[in-house]
Amino acid sequence: MTIPLADLVTILPEMIVVFAACVLLVLDPITPPSKKDWLAWMSLGALVVCFFITGATMNDRVFAFSDLVVVDAYASFWKLLLYLVSGLTILLSMTYLKEEGIDLAEFYGLILLSLTGMMVMVSGADLLVIYLGIELMSIPLYIMAGFKRFEARSIEASAKYFILGSFSSGILLYGISLLYGAAGSTRLADIAVAVDARGLEDPLVLIAMMLLIVGFGFKVAAVPFHMWTPDVYQGAPTSVTIFMAVASKAASFGAFLRVLLEAFGGVKPNWNGPILVICIGTLVLGNIVAVVQTNIKRMLAYSSIAHAGYALVGLVVVGWAGTEGAVASRGVSSVMLYLAIYSFMTLGAFSIVAILRRGGLEGEELEDFTGLSKRHKGAAFLMLLFMVSLAGIPPTAGFIAKLYLFMAAVDAGLAWLAVVGLVFAAVSAFFYLRVVMVMYMREPSATQEIETRLALTPTTTVVLACAVAGVVLLGIYPSPLISVTTFAAIPFR
Amino acid sequence: MTDMAIPSGGIPWITLVLFLPLVGVVTILLAKEELAKWIALAFSLVVVAASLPLWAMFDVSTPAMQFVERHSWIASPPINYAVGVDGISLPLVLLTTFLGPLCVLVSWTAIQTRVREFMISLLVMETATLGVFVSLDFVLFYIFWEIMLIPMYLLIGVWGGPNRIYAAIKFFLYTLTGSVLLLVAILVLFFEGGQTFDILALSKAEYDPSLQNWLFWAFFVAFAVKVPMFPFHTWLPDAHVEAPTAGSVVLASVLLKMGAYGFLRLTLPILPDATAAFTPIIMTLSVVAIIYGAYMAFAQADLKKLIAYSSVSHMGFVTLGIFAFNAQGVEGAILQMVNHGITTGALFMCIGIIYERTHSREIVDNSGLAKPMPRFATFLVIFGLSSIGLPGMNSFVGEFLVLIGTFLWSKLAATLAALGVILAAAYILWMLQRVVYGVPSSHMAPKLYDMNWREMSMLLPLVGFVFWIGLYPKPLLDVMHASVNNLVQQEVRVMTVQDQPVKNTEQYVIATPHPSSALLESEAQ
Repeated sequence: MTIPLADLVTILPEMIVVFAACVLLVLDPITPPSKKDWLAWMSLGALVVCFFITGATMNDRVFAFSDLVVVDAYASFWKLLLYLVSGLTILLSMTYLKEEGIDLAEFYGLILLSLTGMMVMVSGADLLVIYLGIELMSIPLYIMAGFKRFEARSIEASAKYFILGSFSSGILLYGISLLYGAAGSTRLADIAVAVDARGLEDPLVLIAMMLLIVGFGFKVAAVPFHMWTPDVYQGAPTSVTIFMAVASKAASFGAFLRVLLEAFGGVKPNWNGPILVICIGTLVLGNIVAVVQTNIKRMLAYSSIAHAGYALVGLVVVGWAGTEGAVASRGVSSVMLYLAIYSFMTLGAFSIVAILRRGGLEGEELEDFTGLSKRHKGAAFLMLLFMVSLAGIPPTAGFIAKLYLFMAAVDAGLAWLAVVGLVFAAVSAFFYLRVVMVMYMREPSATQEIETRLALTPTTTVVLACAVAGVVLLGIYPSPLISVTTFAAIPFR
Repeated sequence: MTDMAIPSGGIPWITLVLFLPLVGVVTILLAKEELAKWIALAFSLVVVAASLPLWAMFDVSTPAMQFVERHSWIASPPINYAVGVDGISLPLVLLTTFLGPLCVLVSWTAIQTRVREFMISLLVMETATLGVFVSLDFVLFYIFWEIMLIPMYLLIGVWGGPNRIYAAIKFFLYTLTGSVLLLVAILVLFFEGGQTFDILALSKAEYDPSLQNWLFWAFFVAFAVKVPMFPFHTWLPDAHVEAPTAGSVVLASVLLKMGAYGFLRLTLPILPDATAAFTPIIMTLSVVAIIYGAYMAFAQADLKKLIAYSSVSHMGFVTLGIFAFNAQGVEGAILQMVNHGITTGALFMCIGIIYERTHSREIVDNSGLAKPMPRFATFLVIFGLSSIGLPGMNSFVGEFLVLIGTFLWSKLAATLAALGVILAAAYILWMLQRVVYGVPSSHMAPKLYDMNWREMSMLLPLVGFVFWIGLYPKPLLDVMHASVNNLVQQEVRVMTVQDQPVKNTEQYVIATPHPSSALLESEAQ
């Protein structure tokens, strides 16, 4: 069997990332510790190259490997977002890993491998390819979650993530196998034909679909499949938490949307009910439980659950009976816009947690932020911006994200869902604003003044600058991003 | 009704006024902390100067939006940067710009910590409130409406009194929750009103009455919390008591007007049928607010709380006038918004001045100030009398017009509201009696000294406005006439469709253009 060159060219970015990861793992043992930063720069270089390749081929719609892989505007959009997030994670880790004393270059290799998995996920046109992508994404994440190997909490996070993650992969695989039974193929297009032929009521299709929803529900951390999220996000090293909360969530949403639309596009009424229930449950639980958290990482974990709920509003719009063509495509683009903006603000908020140091540890308790505005004005102000954006208050990007999402909802005749979403946005303002309150309205204690500092290096500064630029510029001038997401949603019109 | 855009090559005055405070913010960030208040003062004065051309070049003969600027901001869906003023928004814009420098001056010595951040918050606040008054695009309106929350939250929470955190969070959650439904209503209007966020275009579109009912209540909650109308007023006394003086001034003088302005600019023109249907409920709530606010003001021992409850009462007049729906009522309401901004702002400044000396806002601690602080006592009496609505002073004109308007709508409501005027006289005079002429409290005596030039300079302009509006309100009313008549005639059209022709004669009376100014001119002579 020969592989046509054209197919390999199609997956050039994936190959570059894998190649870079392998080179990194080889070079790691022979690089002197003082030169380890070079490995991080090398992986960043690979990402920049991929960014340009994917950006240049965004207009294409190419199938490869006998329709197992598709590179279209939709996949390219997610890939661009993933490069950006991975790059910023690497930049942050260059400082963060040193601060934590876990400065191992494998880390960057694992990030790149996980990124490859995510790229495969969003490009997969076949359930097995998507499944492979999910596993390739998850296994490095299991390792990275336990990277603070001397800390019980980190090990626990790793083990918990591994067990629940494998379990959800199993459920996903079971669903895929049932669909293979129904369609005789795992290709999304073939499944769509079989699903259409069997119709709405067929139990095999129904069960398989539910299993897939459960499996993806785990990956995007939607209620009631969110149980692992708070512990894992809290226990994992913060730069890994960022990668999980942002990149893995974005990739999972990318694959989830494609599977629902391409394989189950003909039976929308079958899945919009369960998705609606999951969506509302996620909004309610994520926002309400976040209110009682005193650890910022844990609070942000619940906030990331809640934001998955908002993104799910877009899925409900897409699946809502009677929404066709333009409306459905607006639903898709609003999900993409939401997750892109979510990435900037969540990345920014977690980055502040990562670089605020108390002794040798992270300042991750709400208490550590007491009076931050007196000690580190800049950091406090950035955190304020991220919190305001997460709460969806203008003129930040978080508002634009919510505006588009709820606009799509109202367009689909779901004004009541927009009301539910916005009511819980008001609830979320309570806990986001509490961080602002602690930073600005409480006096720092004497010991805090001495003990806490900011690990501000050129790389972390770049990360914060990118995050804040995203939050502010996309809030004031979102047009470019909106046109990109609108364009990227065209395959689903 | 077409817009009167600024000629190409002309100066975009509104944009200048709107964003100069933000230029000030950047300047403050770059300059030394000691210079912060000077820069804030300079920029707020420049904003005043930049807003004067709006007044000077305003064409009073047309109800159209003037100085309009439109630029596409987001192409799809179409969200524009569209700003402009008409006779309804211009008085409020000017009120906001004029209070800007006064807010800086009142904080000159009162704010000692984090001066830079304080001045930044004030200037951001100014941009946000001005933005609400000049926006012609609904999304732009909502954005400014929400931006305002953050600086106000910080003003109360960082520089406020002992219970400031509670008050700040209460303020924030109340107003944010109130505006949740507003956003959904905006989105629904977009799809029902022809895929546009243009407020003027949305005002012209027709909506299904049952949809209007839903939208009305969605608007109502957002605006009623801001006004605040009874029973949504409970955040106000807390916020006022805890806020620093400048925060209280902004809150009372400008922020409360945003809600009333929302009723005028959005509820009335966009939802005329629902407005007509629910007017009795709103009028009842307004009358309750007038009486209840006054009643509560009686019981307060804290000066700021007293004025806060009097605000609830005075804002009741504003909503009463708006929903009376005739030229007199609406003009009276707008005038009363300006008056309340001047008088209550000044009263809060006065309280700030004594608080700086005695560090107490309790009436018992601050009694008998006429001897040690004669200048202060004079000012307090003037503004107190203005608050009562003494003829010759500003509030009299506004309340009088509102009462005429209300009388045309319902004699009972007008009678009950007039009772509120009497109650106001009682609680303000009682307060003046104790504070100005009461027995001086001995332990405060050494701390008292009379007002200095800075303090005089911030109250004197307000005295000028009190008497100017009280004696010769014509220029201000002239600005409003065209826009208000246009608004009211639109309402009359709706009411004539709904009601039977029997009432037509009465409506003709209502729609008669401004008999009020003639009346007031004779009053003034």
